[in-house]
Amino acid sequence: MLRIRGLTRPGLEPFDFDLPPGEAVAMFGPSGAGKTLLLRAIADLDPNDGACALGDARREDMPAPDWRRLVSYMAAEPGWWGDRVGDHFADPDAGRKLLPPLKLPEDAMGWTLARLSTGEKQRLALARVLERAPRVMLLDEPTSGLDADTTRAVEAVLRTRLDDGAALLFVTHDIEQGKRLARRALFVDAGKVRERSL
Amino acid sequence: MNYITLTYWDLVIAALLIGVNAALSIRLRLSLERPLVIAACRMVVQLLLLGLVLKVLFETVSLPFTAAAALVMVLFAGYEVMGRQERRLKGWWSYGVGTGCMLFGGTIVTVFALTTQLQPEPWFHPRYALPLLGMILGNMMTGIALGLNTLATNVGRERAAIETMLALGYDRAEAFRPLIRESVRNGLIPIINSMSATGLVSIPGMMTGQILAGADPWDAIKYQLLVMFLIAGATGIGAGCAIYAMASRLTDARHRLRLDRLTVK
Repeated sequence: MLRIRGLTRPGLEPFDFDLPPGEAVAMFGPSGAGKTLLLRAIADLDPNDGACALGDARREDMPAPDWRRLVSYMAAEPGWWGDRVGDHFADPDAGRKLLPPLKLPEDAMGWTLARLSTGEKQRLALARVLERAPRVMLLDEPTSGLDADTTRAVEAVLRTRLDDGAALLFVTHDIEQGKRLARRALFVDAGKVRERSL
Repeated sequence: MNYITLTYWDLVIAALLIGVNAALSIRLRLSLERPLVIAACRMVVQLLLLGLVLKVLFETVSLPFTAAAALVMVLFAGYEVMGRQERRLKGWWSYGVGTGCMLFGGTIVTVFALTTQLQPEPWFHPRYALPLLGMILGNMMTGIALGLNTLATNVGRERAAIETMLALGYDRAEAFRPLIRESVRNGLIPIINSMSATGLVSIPGMMTGQILAGADPWDAIKYQLLVMFLIAGATGIGAGCAIYAMASRLTDARHRLRLDRLTVK
């Protein structure tokens, strides 16, 4: 269970939040409300105050990279550092089988970055997170820019991860998508977070 | 060594060439005559002062005085490095990183040369220590400034890549590795180029000076080679340290990218 107490940073009022394994929570809010700031604060990517823990393991007791392997954040516009898709996977050969459920061919692992479309990049960035099997996924608009079929495929992949016990906190602007994946939702406005059921 | 001593009249005659430039500037309306004359006057005053300082230093041969002069040179070089950076670290870090690394690399290499290859008596004799340090600093400045500039400029461009690596659980050393490599490479390219061109395209100024002063060309060349090796070593040490220092300042203990510590252009 991800436990957050009094998490705050400039632009974000202190907030408490619990996310049990196997559960998804959707996050809504206008642009600039602080959704990304919130996800980045949980992943410890920006200076922040407050307590985060995963089970008994407290965030401040472990090196930040260890925490981020357990609680992984995926940006709305993910970055790339290698020339080929496979350069971004820990084990490109094993990672191949993650691709077909996301409606990508296995040999996409050998593609060059230059030929990828936005939607392909987004799904490959997700595959890169899934490969590392984090306990909590913090996904910033994981399906923006995907067509309806592909969106459903991504949601199906996420649901199997939830069934396996991973937890998910994701940003979306589509209330229907929120309802398909989650029962609880966070509404963020001007740095204030309120929780509601969907 | 026997060499032809210049009289002040010789210099006055040579300075007439500045007058030629000034005339050209007036004729073509470049409005460069004022900066030209001011720069020439600055040069004369600076060099005369340097001459006075060196004369005193060479007569006293004192370790504290020599060290103080060396420190002043490093402080000026640090200022120059800071001035050449477009985006720099905020606060004193910008000056501190460049200056500290030049102090470190310049001292190590100069002392190394003085104690093992040149071995003047005493080892810190300003006649050897200060010109060596000056040449080393002058070249280190270029390497360090280029390296730091590369890092500061590209860290913004590569922000998404670095933060994605960090978010996936890579540590800051891994996330910065490609950038550090590129920055050190850029810092070292000038010295590599200058080593390959030396003797073909350029006859180094130091060697020219020694030959004019009556030294045997062979001795002058040996000195030049020594100096080039020292410069290469010092540039590598200085640029490497400076780039690592800046990279660590651009991250923190929680392995976050801290672009907020960089000035905005």
